[in-house]
Amino acid sequence: MYYLTLATLLLIYATLALSLNLITGLAGQVTLGHAAFFGIGAYVLAFLIAHGVDFWLALAAAGAAAGATGLALGAISLRLREDFLAIATIAINFVVVALFLYLPFFGGAFGMSDIAGPFGALGTLLSTAVLFLLALALHESVRASDLGLALIALRESEQAAEALGVNVKRFKVTAFSLGTAMAGVAGGLYAAYVGVIHPHDFGFPLSVTLLAMVAIGGMGTLWGPVLGAVVLGGFAQAFAFIHNYQAVLFGLLLALVMRYRPQGLLGRRA
Amino acid sequence: MDWSVIGYLGLEGLVVGSIYALTALGLALVYGLLRVLHVAHAGVYAVGAYCGWIAFDLSHSLALALAAGAGGAVVLGVFLDAWFYRPLAGKPPLIPLIGSIGLFLAAGDLLRIVFGPYQHSLPAMNATPVVTIAGVGITATQVFVLAGTAVLLLAVYWVSARTRLGLAWRSIAQDREIAAAMGIDIPRHTALAFALASALAGVAGVMVGVYYNQIAPTMGNEPAYKTLAIVVLGGLGNVWGTVAAGLLLGVVESVSGAFAGNYFPPQAVAFLALILVLLFRPQGLFGR
Repeated sequence: MYYLTLATLLLIYATLALSLNLITGLAGQVTLGHAAFFGIGAYVLAFLIAHGVDFWLALAAAGAAAGATGLALGAISLRLREDFLAIATIAINFVVVALFLYLPFFGGAFGMSDIAGPFGALGTLLSTAVLFLLALALHESVRASDLGLALIALRESEQAAEALGVNVKRFKVTAFSLGTAMAGVAGGLYAAYVGVIHPHDFGFPLSVTLLAMVAIGGMGTLWGPVLGAVVLGGFAQAFAFIHNYQAVLFGLLLALVMRYRPQGLLGRRA
Repeated sequence: MDWSVIGYLGLEGLVVGSIYALTALGLALVYGLLRVLHVAHAGVYAVGAYCGWIAFDLSHSLALALAAGAGGAVVLGVFLDAWFYRPLAGKPPLIPLIGSIGLFLAAGDLLRIVFGPYQHSLPAMNATPVVTIAGVGITATQVFVLAGTAVLLLAVYWVSARTRLGLAWRSIAQDREIAAAMGIDIPRHTALAFALASALAGVAGVMVGVYYNQIAPTMGNEPAYKTLAIVVLGGLGNVWGTVAAGLLLGVVESVSGAFAGNYFPPQAVAFLALILVLLFRPQGLFGR
């Protein structure tokens, strides 16, 4: 049972890291608010299920709601410089968590509970595994497509990409909406799996952890974010016996990897 | 409506805003020179507060506490520049940003491990009203923070506007390569900027400790993200816009928290304002 839980959580983290990598690793748009989209998916699913909507329909709506918000953010991001965008996404994260806390039908600080999914523990593991495989496939098809090549060109040099006729705006917005929709679906599955959600499950610290997974594993690579998710997701478990030192170790790990291996564990030297 | 309530809230906001302004100013200065978001600055602020607390505990002198706060912060800030930021110059800004968040987390947690998770008191001054203006009693601690901030801001103004150091900073911020070609020693001037920024943060940390008569390992958490919102509102890298945005945010938070705190958390005001400003003025409130 313990390993089942751990495997399910790691698969959800890996899916989130891959979805974030679409936006940050491939399109080069720094996002420090990815947990907000995970949360939007979780809350939308919980809300719809509480109102008697069919699970699969609710899951689709969770992805659509997160993707639509991501689309809007992508459109705004076109107007912002890179550092502005990073901070604007932190802002989105804080405001979304504040909305979960203060909108009465989201249950306030108590969150939402009794979210009944259709599967048992094994079924959840299988469904997160399917989602993870879908995320891998989507990530690879995006990377190998014209879109992906354009995204990589965009990351290397925006001006050069534009000069070659790449529609920079459309690709950034596409990356944002695909990545956030995937996070929303992951949020829906997560909510159905844990059954109880709170606003602070989707706060800024989780966004930092997700970006750290991508950066430590290796931005823009396929297996880097997956490795990052396993390393950092498993970190809390592996170091549970020294949990008093977890935060300081996590912080130092981030700083040391960025300082001495900035391309990440699986990234190539730039 | 009782105007003295507004006056009281405004004064309270101005005091908190002074602290925001002093911490965010250092962030803006570093951003102007390096184009990195120095999130660990909030960790420097907390470490400064702890250095001041230790010095006060040993000496019972407020002046020594302020000096120790500034000194400890400068040592840490200059070290971070030399060890962390300088070798990462030229990398995508995301890399120092993520590492900086890691450094911030590690700093706060080290304080907790070494000095315990509880708050410590810094009883350097009594919060007794010393003057009453228009029905609003102003306490000694408020005068201390406001006057201290004013002196420090004047000093920063003097350095940036009247000295060769300030001139060099402005030239690096404008064009790094040309500044280097003109013989400006960029690493040395960047280190000096980190020293000034950290000294301000350290003093701000001690002032907060005196004002609330408490310091805690988590004291850097709110400044860590709020100063980011403030530097963007101020127009990234624009030092005086940042000061104005910090003071403004303190007042808006204080007043809106008292009147609308049931509908929206005051902690999110900074970010709500940020989103609105970026929608309508992408270069920031005071950006050009």
